[in-house]
Amino acid sequence: MAAVKETVDHVLSIDVDKYKYGFVSDIESDVAPKGLDESTVRFISAKKDEPEWLTEWRLEALRRWRTMDEPTWARVDYPPIDFQDLHYYSAPKKTAGPKSLDEVDPALLETYKKLGIPLKEQEILAGVEKGERLVAVDAVFDSVSVVTTFKAELAKHGVIFCPISEAVKTHPELVKKYLGSVVPVSDNFYATLNSAVFSDGSFVYVPKGVRCPMELSTYFRINEKNTGQFERTLIIADEGAYVSYLEGCTAPSRDENQLHAAVVELIALDDAEIKYSTVQNWYPGDSEGKGGVFNFVTKRGDCRGKNSKISWTQVETGSAITWKYPSCILRGDNSRGEFYSIAISNGRQQVDSGTKMIHIGKNTSSKIISKGISAGRSSNTYRGLVSVGRKASGARNFTNCDSLLIGNKCGAHTVPYIESKNASAIVEHEATTSKISDDQLFYCLQRGLPQEEAIALIVNGFVKDVLQQLPMEFMVETQKLIGISLEGSVG
Amino acid sequence: MLEIKNLHARIGDREILKGLSLTVKPGEVHAIMGPNGAGKSTLSYILAGKDDYEITEGEVLLNGQSILELSPNERSVAGLFLAFQYPIEIPGVATMTFLKAALNSHRKAKGQDELTTPEFMKLVKGVAEKLNITSDMLKRPVNVGFSGGEKKRAEIMQMALLQPSICILDETDSGLDIDALKVVSEGVNALRSPDRAFVVITHYQRLLDHIVPDIVHVLSDGRIVRTGGPELALDLEKNGYAAYVADAAA
Repeated sequence: MAAVKETVDHVLSIDVDKYKYGFVSDIESDVAPKGLDESTVRFISAKKDEPEWLTEWRLEALRRWRTMDEPTWARVDYPPIDFQDLHYYSAPKKTAGPKSLDEVDPALLETYKKLGIPLKEQEILAGVEKGERLVAVDAVFDSVSVVTTFKAELAKHGVIFCPISEAVKTHPELVKKYLGSVVPVSDNFYATLNSAVFSDGSFVYVPKGVRCPMELSTYFRINEKNTGQFERTLIIADEGAYVSYLEGCTAPSRDENQLHAAVVELIALDDAEIKYSTVQNWYPGDSEGKGGVFNFVTKRGDCRGKNSKISWTQVETGSAITWKYPSCILRGDNSRGEFYSIAISNGRQQVDSGTKMIHIGKNTSSKIISKGISAGRSSNTYRGLVSVGRKASGARNFTNCDSLLIGNKCGAHTVPYIESKNASAIVEHEATTSKISDDQLFYCLQRGLPQEEAIALIVNGFVKDVLQQLPMEFMVETQKLIGISLEGSVG
Repeated sequence: MLEIKNLHARIGDREILKGLSLTVKPGEVHAIMGPNGAGKSTLSYILAGKDDYEITEGEVLLNGQSILELSPNERSVAGLFLAFQYPIEIPGVATMTFLKAALNSHRKAKGQDELTTPEFMKLVKGVAEKLNITSDMLKRPVNVGFSGGEKKRAEIMQMALLQPSICILDETDSGLDIDALKVVSEGVNALRSPDRAFVVITHYQRLLDHIVPDIVHVLSDGRIVRTGGPELALDLEKNGYAAYVADAAA
């Protein structure tokens, strides 16, 4: 049976190589006991030393959650999750308390270094001298934020960028005013669960008329076994403000599934603009579908003010299951919502993702560009809603959904929902499904490109419209990521 | 340089090449002419390694090395270039990006360093100018929205960049007006050299007025049925393929 063993080892080595962020950091953690009840919520709240109103808010969410059922409408298939068999809190032991870089566990810094995320400001500044753009980072490890860079520099401009657990204490009025104002406590099963047990995430406030002087970014890492990550991000752009924010996500390769149920709320007031980009590369599981992150995420932006704009750009390459619909509520007159998405699935990955554009204000416009790429035995569904309310006269939507299939064992589905209650609305939907043709592949090979490079090139061409929406640095990284995600997709 | 020995190939149940032999020496230009359905395009695809065909017998040597077991990209790196009759569109991929990827694949396979962007730009500009290819065209996606003439010029540009040792031109004259034909032919002639050979596949003689071959073959029913000098092409132009079709059928 030597050959079989060899094959197994070979396959294992390929998987590890393919997902290069699959390492585990050996860091001593403070973990909540498994299970979820009132005491768990109180435990988390106490750990974070939260005010009473927030504890109550969480408990209310828990009560609501217990009455809710897991949604089953998405085109994904997974074994039932035992919500009592999870840890709802895990934090590296040594970083409790104030987080200056000197106090951060070196093992953590090493982890982020391995991920290519520099956390030392001097190192970042050295990069800037070499022409890289300045990016402030909030690093979230399991349930807590371990460090946030450039806080002082940002504060000079009045920009608040800190872990949400800190904002609760330092800016309670803002948190109280906006938390749950876009995604209500009882919005959906996973969002409600998040409201009860959310751990950490980023908080951003950009004051009136300020253009945030640098890119903000949060880097999420799930490390601990059997732990759910429930981050909560809240971004507020006050009147006339602008901010561009990027999140990146990775997790170790583990045989067990890991649960990630985040909530992101964006609020844009009059004339404000928020650009939110995601590069999601959670561990996707092995080629047989073992392990991987279950990614159940609620992301929603509220264009609350007139002339405001919210733009979502997402590159989804990871997770065993992705259930995610970054949406825009176009409440303010003349507000604009955009959704640009690249969703790549390979192996046994399942993606059900899309957006919702809710037109409420007058002359609101939205644009949806979705590019789904399915390879291996994966399933990739675009699910989107465009809704035009009674008073949303002059509403305008353009949707384009393209699917690309690689090989003949994968699936692509497009499920658009369109509702219009206003006769003046113009809603356009375009959709195509294509396969990478043998001719295209042969043409590239004839010019000397190896097969996998040829596929990456063709796919990068397919997603170009969306790639261009990403901040420059991440565009290049994403192009490479697309190549890596599709390795072994043919033949 | 290129030796094809008794090559038999089929697609499904249909045998298309039935014992084709051909020897091309460095510096030579061979024209392969023949009626529709003779197997001309099949020959070019088989040489380049398209996997729709099953080779049942025979061998193909490039510079003494058998290439039938090589993948298409390995053949490309080994020096074989196919100018397509219908160049393929690749939406979203700028021609420039494509050229760079192709060139760097060749360099990598040969253990050379990849070119820097300025080095590459200089190289491409030089080649493109000679073929009347504008920088605007280089920015457009590969073959997307190109006119017939633009597509063929782009093929020759790729050929010039990759510096192959054997160039196969599959019906390069199809879809070209006389001006475009001239530009393309001049591009090809500029690449003629003592250590490079060409196999020009064409249905019509007119291309051979511009790219003058050393040897002309008639391909009919999967075999070379006649070989001669350039005068053979003129004869075909005058009398057509009828005689050869009848021969082959007999």
